[in-house]
Amino acid sequence: MPIADLLPELVLLAGAVFIILFASFSSHKYQPVCAGLALLAIGIAIVLAIMQGGKPPRLTFFDVWALDTMAIYAKLLILASGAFTVVLSPRWMATDRRHGEYYALVLFCLLGSIMMASATDSMELIVGVLLSSVTGYPLAAFHRAWAPSLEAGMKYFLIGALANALLVIGIVLMFGLTGATGYPDIERELERHADPVIIITALAFVVAGLSFKLGAFPAHAWLPDVAQGAPAPAAALLTVVPKIGAAIALTRFVQLLPDQLEWAWVVAAFSALTMTLGNLAALWQQDLRRLLGWSAVSQSGYALMAIAVVDSSDQAIPSLLVFLAAYATAGFAVFAAVIYLRGRTALQHYRGLARVRPWTAIAIILALLSFVGIPPLAGFFGKFLLFRATLDGGYAWLVIVALANTVLSLFYYLRVIAPMVFDQPPASISNLGRRTALAMLAATVLVVALGIWVQKLIEFAVR
Amino acid sequence: MILTATVAIPLAGALFLAFGPRLPDPIARRFALATAIAPLLLLIGAWFRFDPAGPQFQLVLDVPWVPSLGMGFRLGVDGIALAVAGMSALLFVGAIAYPVDTRGMARQYYAWMLFLEMASLGLFLALDLLLFYVFFDLSLVGMYFLIGRWGHGKPRFAALKFFIYTLVGSLALLLGILGLYLATEPATFDMRVLIEQQVLAGSGALAGLVLLCFVIGFAIKTPLVPFHTWLPRAHVDAPAPASALLAGVLLKMGTYGLLRIPFSMMRETFAVWAPWLAVTALVSIVYGALVALGQADLKRRIAYTSINHMGYTVLGIAVAGAMLEGNEAARQLALTGAVLEMVAHGLITGSLFLVAGSFWQRGETYEIDAYGGLAAQAPRLALLTIVAAFASFGLPGMAGFVAELHIFVGTFGVYPWLAAIGLLGIVITAALFLQMLQQLFFGRRPRRWADFPDLDFNESLVLGVLLALTIVIGVYPGFLLDAIVPSVRWLIGAG
Repeated sequence: MPIADLLPELVLLAGAVFIILFASFSSHKYQPVCAGLALLAIGIAIVLAIMQGGKPPRLTFFDVWALDTMAIYAKLLILASGAFTVVLSPRWMATDRRHGEYYALVLFCLLGSIMMASATDSMELIVGVLLSSVTGYPLAAFHRAWAPSLEAGMKYFLIGALANALLVIGIVLMFGLTGATGYPDIERELERHADPVIIITALAFVVAGLSFKLGAFPAHAWLPDVAQGAPAPAAALLTVVPKIGAAIALTRFVQLLPDQLEWAWVVAAFSALTMTLGNLAALWQQDLRRLLGWSAVSQSGYALMAIAVVDSSDQAIPSLLVFLAAYATAGFAVFAAVIYLRGRTALQHYRGLARVRPWTAIAIILALLSFVGIPPLAGFFGKFLLFRATLDGGYAWLVIVALANTVLSLFYYLRVIAPMVFDQPPASISNLGRRTALAMLAATVLVVALGIWVQKLIEFAVR
Repeated sequence: MILTATVAIPLAGALFLAFGPRLPDPIARRFALATAIAPLLLLIGAWFRFDPAGPQFQLVLDVPWVPSLGMGFRLGVDGIALAVAGMSALLFVGAIAYPVDTRGMARQYYAWMLFLEMASLGLFLALDLLLFYVFFDLSLVGMYFLIGRWGHGKPRFAALKFFIYTLVGSLALLLGILGLYLATEPATFDMRVLIEQQVLAGSGALAGLVLLCFVIGFAIKTPLVPFHTWLPRAHVDAPAPASALLAGVLLKMGTYGLLRIPFSMMRETFAVWAPWLAVTALVSIVYGALVALGQADLKRRIAYTSINHMGYTVLGIAVAGAMLEGNEAARQLALTGAVLEMVAHGLITGSLFLVAGSFWQRGETYEIDAYGGLAAQAPRLALLTIVAAFASFGLPGMAGFVAELHIFVGTFGVYPWLAAIGLLGIVITAALFLQMLQQLFFGRRPRRWADFPDLDFNESLVLGVLLALTIVIGVYPGFLLDAIVPSVRWLIGAG
């Protein structure tokens, strides 16, 4: 068994186990040490993942595990997001008596998403989805004494239970059709005798199941609640990381389908629905975190554009990867700002922020403008590449839907920006420590830098 | 190098003002003014280094930015870009020098002004399609904050409407850019390559759709009727210098873009649709003038005359692009006129909006009827306003006249009927400006303006320079034409 191919994942696993043990036997005073341990594990995993790059793509571990550009890129993205989450957490969690195990949950959650991104076997995919889900539920509900957090966790769990069941049904249908769970075998069998009705049914189930992790229609309803109610660092993690894993997993899955089957319109329809629904729901939100949750739904819709054209445009996968990187950085920048402001969340509490906390306001404004796609921020290139791939793949109508959605989204992002800049500030605004501020600024710098040096990002994505 | 500095200096100035030491207000203003003068001097330098007999694009800088997309930091000028960018740089100096109430936030105000200058000059100097788009969008961001923060009336609504409406235009533009880009092999955003290759020639419906995207994008920015409804609100509620820049510089992005991109890069398709564009321009000319006549609000009235004037420019461009060959003389006249109109309109309407700002600072109202009999009270204001108004309706001897004469003579050679109807616009504009001047400066003076102050030194100087240049261009347009005409001839294919 080529254990070495799994080193980054094993490091995460070992780190998580060690953190659980450490947290169980140490007092409240030492709980923050777990953050350091988690960061160490993530750091080592990042180094190991970088070392995996630069080789030709291959399948390993009895063909259930991919080591290709997509997998490694997603892995780095997920790990970096994890590192941001861990840096943002200690001050936020400081009053929680048992927050050591929180970091173990974060590591498991990262591991689950990495499994989704790397799995080339449907059983493996299910394990990844479930691992990412069961860690997500407690993360969302980690503020055990606070009703909105529990509600978010409960909603996440209920929708998750349904969606995961649908995913399993889809995969079982696929298994029934092909007698295989490994992707290479499935693809071969499907080429030989494809039954379009069953394949489309299975596809619909799998898309519905993965849409839960992706935060896309029809299983998107948990996202705004989690964004609003979960502990803010966990909310940042859960709106970003599972999405990366699920997007890659879905990309791999649709590539298995036989060429003669017209499946792309299914994904395209989900894409159009998701972005429109997310943006419409975000329009009149009075709560910034909820608004960000809905905006995260709409961003999933954009990501689905690339998946719809993955067969018809060779630009689709690099575009998706660049888009996800841009989305993750902007997402973390804006959530870090919210955390820095101690989670203040009602839009009206952001009045006049630009005068009292200019840097925080800049972080939020740049992140939101990056979501809109204002050049030369990272989000612009993400969207630009997506649009190019989608036009190239022959889905001009989807691009027009996406452009219309961009206009819609500007409206509600400006509903956040305008009071921040144009109103008079309140008396005082309290904030959360230097480390949080640094993480916020780092993410903001990345939003700009990834735009200006997008060439590096693209080079890495097409390798 | 010289062009990079033109774009980089305002950006550096903006960043310094925003993030540097907390300069006191008067120093921030002087710093911004000095920073804005630098690009003007650089562009004057570029003007002398520009060789009209040389290649089309000169002083070219080409640094790869995103090579895997074919995007580069490409700057360069032809005579047209030089003229428009030079006018813009001058107007920025004027707008920054013009006194304005910055509400205790001078640093931020001037930072945004310089940011806007960076975006505007960058757009006119860009030789890369995607870079053009970058600057196009950044100009929206800058103007959004200027209107929203320093505007009056309902500034937030005006800023929101401006940003969203013009973003629709910029996304249409993006779609057009993508359409053009995907047809190019190998993929590049280099404008020189795109102009040379004419990639969409002969591709029928697709080319028509791409052209439609570009035309809608630029029609919103220009604005052409029926896409003009964002303009009056934005103008009325913006602070006066921002209004001057909006009219003088940002509207030019629409016409300049129309000329630089669809006109140059899709000549064949443009020729097919040029009559329709010309008719739309004509509608803007007549409708803009008529609606302006009906406005009781000083700024709204000037704003609608902008629609009328930009109509002339678009008419000139449409006429010049109406055919691929033949009738060169008329088409050359029309396009030269369109470029002159861009410069003239920038100077004249910029001045008029600054004048409107002076009225606001003194009277806190834009109602024309609220004023009266001010000629004796404020002679300098009266004189400069009268000169600007005369220039605006095209009095001979001033820049507007030269431009409109070129456009109409050119149009007579290609679409005589349109020219005949278009002349109506000039008559109406004359009427509305004369009526406005009468009301503002003559007749009985309401008692409340008994101590209406005249223009101060700064205001007079800025208006004086802008209007003097209008007269210089009107009397001796040769110095502009020397640079513009070779570029125009190259564009219409007359060699």
